[in-house]
Amino acid sequence: MSAPTTAAAKHRAEEKPLSKAEKARLSEGKRAERRLGWLLCAPAAIVMLGVAGYPILYSVWLSLQRYDLKFPDDREFVGLSNYVTVLSNQYWWTAFGVTMLITVVTVVVELVLGMALAVIMHRTLVGRGIVRTAALIPYGIVTVVAAFSWRYAWTPGTGYLANLFSDSAPLTERASSLAIIMLAEIWKTTPFMALLLMAGLALVPEDLLKAAAMDGATAWQRFTKVMLPVMKPAILVALLFRTLDAFRVFDNIYVLTAGANETSSVSMLAYNNLIKGLNLGIGSTMSVLIFLTVAIIAFVFVKLFGTAAPGSSDEGRR
Amino acid sequence: MEARGAKWRWGLLDVVVVVFALVPVLWIMSLSFKTTATLTDGHFIPREWTLENYKTIFQTDQFVRALVNSIGIALISTLIAVVLGTMAAYAIARLDFPGKGALVGVSLLIAMFPQVSLVSPLFDIERRLGLFDTWPGLILPYITFALPLTIYTLSAFFKQIPWDLEKAAKMDGATQGEAFRKVIAPLAAPGVFTTAILAFIFCWNDFLFAISLTSTERSRTVPVALSFFTGDSQFEDPTGSISAAAVVITIPIILFVLFFQRRIVSGLTSGAVKG
Amino acid sequence: MAEIVLDKVGKQYPDGTVAVSDVDLEIADGEFVILVGPSGCGKSTLLNMIAGLEDISSGELRIGGDRMNEKAPRDRDIAMVFQSYALYPNMTVRENMAFPLRLAKLDKATIDEKVGEAAKVLELTELLDRKPANLSGGQRQRVAMGRAIVRSPKAFLMDEPLSNLDAKLRVQMRTVVSRLQKRLGTTTVYVTHDQTEAMTLGDRVVVLRAGVVQQVGDPQTLYDHPNNLFVAGFIGSPAMNFLSAQASDGVLRTALGDVPIGERLRGMLERGEAPQEMILGIRPEHFEDAALVDEAARGKGKEFEAPVELVESMGSDKYVYLTVEGERASSAELEELAADSGATDLPAGGANLVTRLSAESRVREGGPYKVWFNLEKIHLFDPSDGRNITLHEGRAAGVS
Repeated sequence: MSAPTTAAAKHRAEEKPLSKAEKARLSEGKRAERRLGWLLCAPAAIVMLGVAGYPILYSVWLSLQRYDLKFPDDREFVGLSNYVTVLSNQYWWTAFGVTMLITVVTVVVELVLGMALAVIMHRTLVGRGIVRTAALIPYGIVTVVAAFSWRYAWTPGTGYLANLFSDSAPLTERASSLAIIMLAEIWKTTPFMALLLMAGLALVPEDLLKAAAMDGATAWQRFTKVMLPVMKPAILVALLFRTLDAFRVFDNIYVLTAGANETSSVSMLAYNNLIKGLNLGIGSTMSVLIFLTVAIIAFVFVKLFGTAAPGSSDEGRR
Repeated sequence: MEARGAKWRWGLLDVVVVVFALVPVLWIMSLSFKTTATLTDGHFIPREWTLENYKTIFQTDQFVRALVNSIGIALISTLIAVVLGTMAAYAIARLDFPGKGALVGVSLLIAMFPQVSLVSPLFDIERRLGLFDTWPGLILPYITFALPLTIYTLSAFFKQIPWDLEKAAKMDGATQGEAFRKVIAPLAAPGVFTTAILAFIFCWNDFLFAISLTSTERSRTVPVALSFFTGDSQFEDPTGSISAAAVVITIPIILFVLFFQRRIVSGLTSGAVKG
Repeated sequence: MAEIVLDKVGKQYPDGTVAVSDVDLEIADGEFVILVGPSGCGKSTLLNMIAGLEDISSGELRIGGDRMNEKAPRDRDIAMVFQSYALYPNMTVRENMAFPLRLAKLDKATIDEKVGEAAKVLELTELLDRKPANLSGGQRQRVAMGRAIVRSPKAFLMDEPLSNLDAKLRVQMRTVVSRLQKRLGTTTVYVTHDQTEAMTLGDRVVVLRAGVVQQVGDPQTLYDHPNNLFVAGFIGSPAMNFLSAQASDGVLRTALGDVPIGERLRGMLERGEAPQEMILGIRPEHFEDAALVDEAARGKGKEFEAPVELVESMGSDKYVYLTVEGERASSAELEELAADSGATDLPAGGANLVTRLSAESRVREGGPYKVWFNLEKIHLFDPSDGRNITLHEGRAAGVS
């Protein structure tokens, strides 16, 4: 009955390292799993590396050359001279400034409005489905469609907004057209920001808010002292993605002003040089510079603000 | 707490949100119904209604071709991205293998990429390979940029499926393949569907790649065609046509959003923040 | 239905960790065997190895006489009930239970018949068309069992199936499981960390610790004659009391007073087969209110006095908590048991005794009270390896 495999013996089995043969046998199952894992990921990895990875390297290579498709015979390797050209060019810095301005303003406004919208979507007592659907429409709509809508709205004569506000053509002046561009951006992506923030909002424990209310906190205090701290990771992630996204602004500017009156962003500038001007060398240089800037922004966010980068929130696309 | 007063207040806020979201959409719809004469009258609601603009665009080759291109390219890209993404997401969520973290990291990197940085090299590469101004020329970058989205959303969905179910299926007599087909796949289907919707919206929406990598109606998609519209004749204000075209390409998305609002919200927020 | 034989079965992971070590076990056809032990002791791993969900690193597994090590779960003809039930959420109860039969490609009529039978046995007939989401915990558990029994497999494996139920339901389901097994007569291997379940359900119980079998036997034997400190402390609720004891001048000095040492024990001490410092173990029910012990029994035990910390009147008995002086007994086993039960932060100073006194006792909290304990029921353990010194020919011989 009783198997005397007891007391006198070990109470913890000995652990000795496995011999090579044993290791080989044991991990057969594991190896199959690994192979399957690689196999399943391979196509996706190949596509991503092939279509994104290789071209990036290629574009760095291109940026080191003077290469204008209009004069294909003049192609030659010029080292960093393209970079010098671009970085000492007034147009580049203007565009850079415009891009930074748009980025900062839109992100800040979107954060505030997005937070408000998130709270509304989360807590509204009536018509929750309708609000959420309405909030998704700007996300789903084609950016250029929205851009056209805004352009026509602000065109004097045609547009209801232009007629409401001023007599001159707002899209032909720098300050006002920048404002309109920012408005278009904000309209388009605030809902997405709100969605990301709402996910963070959902993590705030109800109990915590009730306890704070019992302790006498006002609604505003509950918001700043309970909700915001808990949502901090979500906020940082949303900020990171939106900032990177905002820096890439292109569609709205193209349709609204085509970059006139010095409202080009760096993406517009690069596009103009590349596709319109067919200057691969300079265009690539700008591309690389933009990439580096974005990388630095991401780095700053992750290191300085402690945003959790991998495994964090989803990227929404326009 | 405070019942009636609160409802009204929230209701008001809701209305503000809805108005805010819908105004540009309604505006462009209104423009699309305006006659040429009233186009420039600046009124929000058309005084005279007409379907002329719609008829015009459907008669122009430009628009119809662009519509076909958009639909085809978006569908194919979505299909491939979802298939590849599902395989990768399954592997990431369920299996253990080295390089997993690297893959997730790389795909996130790509998601954050400035697209314009890819436009330069792709332009040149595609030119040489003869892919410029073709369907594959757009499909490839679309797949690449949709993949991080699909992988991320799908692995979040896969992680929610309990591991035990596969074990139970095996104990019940299923092979690995049967376990996947009969048990896991039906559970993953809603997630795959949602991801497909998100990917389609992305592809449908794109402008930068489309405008850089196409040049004729062979592969030009609608967003780009819109920006090149010149209307029936050189003198005619294309506003009406552009608005009509804009409405046509917006309708499918609005419908998607209307019907699948819940799914889309859950898909976008499924992995968010949990990390 | 078949017997299950584990022949020196072991499991070692590639990084060297040993989950299960050298398990020899013969489970007879129709027997209900329980694998019990604290978390991490390897019981689930062992079950998974029998199921085929984990590879066997060493040794051989035989079911019905055939070697099973290399066979996939589906070829072993055994069924498993999971802790989480693992019901297919998109299928109804009927479809869940029919699933294994469909995979086996049986015809529809047979499937319907078997599902109907199983449903009747488990009282699921009204629930057949519901989906798992619309079932209560107990109902889900029954469906999980139903899915296992439709196939009439050679053996049932159950991995803590009752752990997710609330206390009352657990008691109820215990009887359901027990009756079901008796009715079907299928060999069953059942894993639990709850020693009450182990005691009430099993024909035999296997106590595991850190991958090593501590003792195998029917519940009563494990209770009365534990092989070592670990088994003694794990089985039985409330747990056995442990105190330190020093042998000196022919008696055992303990916090309960001086305990006389019998011949056998004296001989062992002299021969060095028992250490001077030992751990004394005695179960709560072997104490009694000194005032209530009748003359005849009194001689078999000893009295002592101790302050009463707490009295819990259960109605049928009184659980009386006493504090005695002296150091608390300590050893690796006891630490592990304490960690497992979550009792690592007990107040220091003195040992706590749990005693079970008769309901008629007049004991009150506060002052010292006279308590008697039965000398014949004492166990002595070697602190270094935990073995039961008072065990003689498989039976605890007390200190005499």
